[in-house]
Amino acid sequence: MSIAWFLVVSAMVFSIGAGGVLTRRNPLVVLLCLELMLNAANLALLAFSRMWGNGDGQVFAIVVIVVAACEVCIGLGVVVAMFRRRLPVDVDEMTELSG
Amino acid sequence: MTTTGWLIVGFPLFGSIVIGLLFNRLGGRAAGLVGTAAIAASFVCAIITFFSLEGRGHEHRQVVTSLWDYANTVGVDAQVSILIDPLSIFMALVVTGVSMLIHLYSVAYMASDRGYARFFAYLNFFVFSMLLLVMAGNFLLLIVGWAFVGAASYLLISFWYRRTTATQAGIKAFVVNVVGDIGLVLGTYFIFFKGSHTLDYLGTFDKAHQIAGGNLTAGCILLLVGAFAKSAQVPLHTWLPDAMEGPTPVSALIHAATMVTAGVYLIARMWPLFEQAPAAADVGAIVGCVTLLVAATTALAQTDLKRVIAYSTMSQIGYMIMGVSVGAYAAGLFHLMTHAFFKALLFMAAGSVIAAMAGEQNLDRMGGFRRAMPFTFACFVIGGLALAGIPPFSGFWSKDEIISLIGERGGWHWILFTAAYIGSFLTAVYTWRMIFRAFWGDPVPEAVELEGGHLHHAEVHTNPATGEEEDTEVGFPGPDHHIAEREGSMKIAMGALAVLATIGGFLQLPFGIVDAVDRFLEPTFAGSKYYDSLDPSDGFTLLGLGIGAVLGIAGIALAYRIWVQKPGTAERVRARFGAAYALFKNKWWFDELIDATVVRPFAAFGRFGQATFERVFVNGTLVGGTTGIVRVGSAAVRAIQSGFLRAYAALMLLALAGLALYFLIQAS
Repeated sequence: MSIAWFLVVSAMVFSIGAGGVLTRRNPLVVLLCLELMLNAANLALLAFSRMWGNGDGQVFAIVVIVVAACEVCIGLGVVVAMFRRRLPVDVDEMTELSG
Repeated sequence: MTTTGWLIVGFPLFGSIVIGLLFNRLGGRAAGLVGTAAIAASFVCAIITFFSLEGRGHEHRQVVTSLWDYANTVGVDAQVSILIDPLSIFMALVVTGVSMLIHLYSVAYMASDRGYARFFAYLNFFVFSMLLLVMAGNFLLLIVGWAFVGAASYLLISFWYRRTTATQAGIKAFVVNVVGDIGLVLGTYFIFFKGSHTLDYLGTFDKAHQIAGGNLTAGCILLLVGAFAKSAQVPLHTWLPDAMEGPTPVSALIHAATMVTAGVYLIARMWPLFEQAPAAADVGAIVGCVTLLVAATTALAQTDLKRVIAYSTMSQIGYMIMGVSVGAYAAGLFHLMTHAFFKALLFMAAGSVIAAMAGEQNLDRMGGFRRAMPFTFACFVIGGLALAGIPPFSGFWSKDEIISLIGERGGWHWILFTAAYIGSFLTAVYTWRMIFRAFWGDPVPEAVELEGGHLHHAEVHTNPATGEEEDTEVGFPGPDHHIAEREGSMKIAMGALAVLATIGGFLQLPFGIVDAVDRFLEPTFAGSKYYDSLDPSDGFTLLGLGIGAVLGIAGIALAYRIWVQKPGTAERVRARFGAAYALFKNKWWFDELIDATVVRPFAAFGRFGQATFERVFVNGTLVGGTTGIVRVGSAAVRAIQSGFLRAYAALMLLALAGLALYFLIQAS
C-alpha cells in the first residue's frame, strides 16, 4: 500500500483537529481536538517509519504519546479548576492574556 | 621623620573614622576626648618632626616622601606624597596646636548638644583636610585637601541642620569655595601644561623661570582666585560672616587654625611662581589691602558679636595676604601664627559670652559682663589688645613687621603702607567698641543673674538671627549652655591661648633681637628675591612700631570716649554720617552686588534655558520623540495580544503553515 494513503488520512485527521481547536469554544472539546492533531502526527510518524523500515519513527510516536498524556493531565486539571471556581467554561471568556 | 610626617595627617583622619563609626558607643564626653586626643597625638608628631628637621643641615630640610604612586600615565605622575619642610611643619604646628585647644574647648562647650559625636567626627575631619592641604607635596594632593576643607566647612557651618539660616550659610560657603576650587584647578592646569609638566612642587619651582610670562601670570592669578575664596578676600568674602551660623568652636577653627589661612599658605608656598609673575603678586597685595579696609569699616557698624570678629578676621587675613604678596613671607606667616592665637581666644571668649546670654549674639542686648565673667573678660581683653596691636602683645609685633616690610618695598607700596595703618587704627576702634559694649555699661538681666550665681536659661529656644522657635533635639543647639567660668576644659584652652596671645610675639622681635620664625623658615625661601633683602633700617622699624602703638592706643581711646565716657556719641556720629553708616551697616552691599551681577543673571539664564531648551528641545523632541516611537510600536504589538485563545491558535497554525510552505518551496 502506498504511503500516500496514510499521509492523506493523517492530514485529514490533523485538519479536523485544527478546525476543531479554532472553532470550538468548550475547552474540553478543544483538548479533544488537540489530541486528534497529535494522533494525526503520530500516524504520519508511523507511516514514515514503515516506509524507511526502521523503528525511529515509532520511538518518536511513543514520546509524543507521553507528552500528550502530560498535556491532558494539565489541561483537564485546568478545566476542573475552572469548574470549581465557577468560572465560565468558555475559551473566549478567558481573555486575561490581553495586552 | 617621614613616619611622623605621615602620622601628623593620619591621626585626625583616624580619630574622625573612629568617632564616626563608634558614635553610639561613645557616651558622655568620650567622643570629645577621643577627638582631642587624636589632634594632640598629631601635635606631638608635628613637634617630633620639627626637632628632627632642626637636626638636619640647611640644604636637607626639604624632604619629599611618597606613600604610593596614584597614577603614572600620559606624562602625569601623580603620587600620594607629602613635602616636609619648614613651611609645612610651621603650618602643621599652628594648625594642630590651635585645633587641639579648640577641641578641648568644645569638649565642654558642645556638651549638651545632641549631635556631640557627629560634631567631633566633623571637627577631626576638618583638621585632617587642613593638614593634608598644608603637608601636600604636589598640586594634586593640594587640590584634594583644598576640596576636603571646603566640604568640611560646609558640614560644620550647617551643623545645626534644622536651622534654615545655618543650612543656607553652609551652601553659600560651599558654593563660593567651589569657585575658588575651580580657580585652583585651572591655575594648576596652566602651570602644568604650559610649562612645568610635573605636579611635584619642587620640580615645578625649579622650572618656574621656563614657563612663559603670560601663562605663568594667568596661572598665578587663577591660584589667587582659589586663595581669595578660601581666605575670604574681596569679592569672594561674603560666605565668611554668614559662616558664623555654625557653632562658636567652628568659627574659631575656621578663623584661627584652618581654612582661611589656606590662601596665605598657598601664596607663601608658591613664592617661586609669584616672584616670576610680579603682576599676579601685585594683584594679591592690592586685593588684600582693599579687603582689610572694607572689612575693618564694615566691622564698625555690625551688631552681631561673632560677625564683628569675623570681619576682623577678614581684615587680618588681608594683612597676611598683602604681606606674603609683597615678599614679606616670614612676617605674613608670623602674623598668621599670632592671629591664630588671639583670634581663637577671642572666639572662645565670645562663645562664653554668647552662652551666658543663652545663645543671643546681638551686641545691643549685651552689657556689663565685666563682674559676672571675670575670666572671660580677662581673655577677651588680652585678645582685644593683641588684635588692636598694643605692645607687648603678639599682634603688635607681627602686624607692624608686615607693615614696615611693605614700606620698605617703596614706590606705590606706600599706598598699601598708609592703608595698613588706617586699618590698624580702625581695628583698635571696632575691637574695643565690641569689648566696651559687651563688658562695660549697666549689667543686662543675664549678667545680673550670673552675678547671683545662676546661669541664664532661655525659656523658649529661638534662632538668634530670625527669632524662629526651635526645640533642642538633634539638628538644633542643645538645651544647656556652658561658660568658661564653670568648665575646666574651656578654662584650660582659653588660658593657654591667652598666654600664647600675650607672649607669642616674642618669637620674633624687631632689630634682629629674636628672629626664630625668620630663621626657621629660611630653608623654604632659599633663593627668594625678597626674603633677606627686605630689611628695613632700625630707624624706619622704630618709626613703624611707634606709629602702630600710637594708632592702637588712640583707637582704644576713641572707642572708650564714644561708648563709655559719652554714651550717645555713636548715635550722633551715625546721624551725621548717614551715608557712610548705611554703607558699612550693609557690608558695602557686596551681597546685593553679587546677587545682582552673578546670582540673578544666572538664575534668569537658567529659567530661560528651562523655558526654551529644556521644555521644547529636551522634553518635547528628545524625550517626547523617544516615548512616541515606543508608544506607537507597542500599540501595534499590543493589538496582537487580544487574549483570545483561538486567535493565538490560528496565528500559530498560520505561521506553521507558512513555514512549512516555505521549506517545501525551498526543497523543490
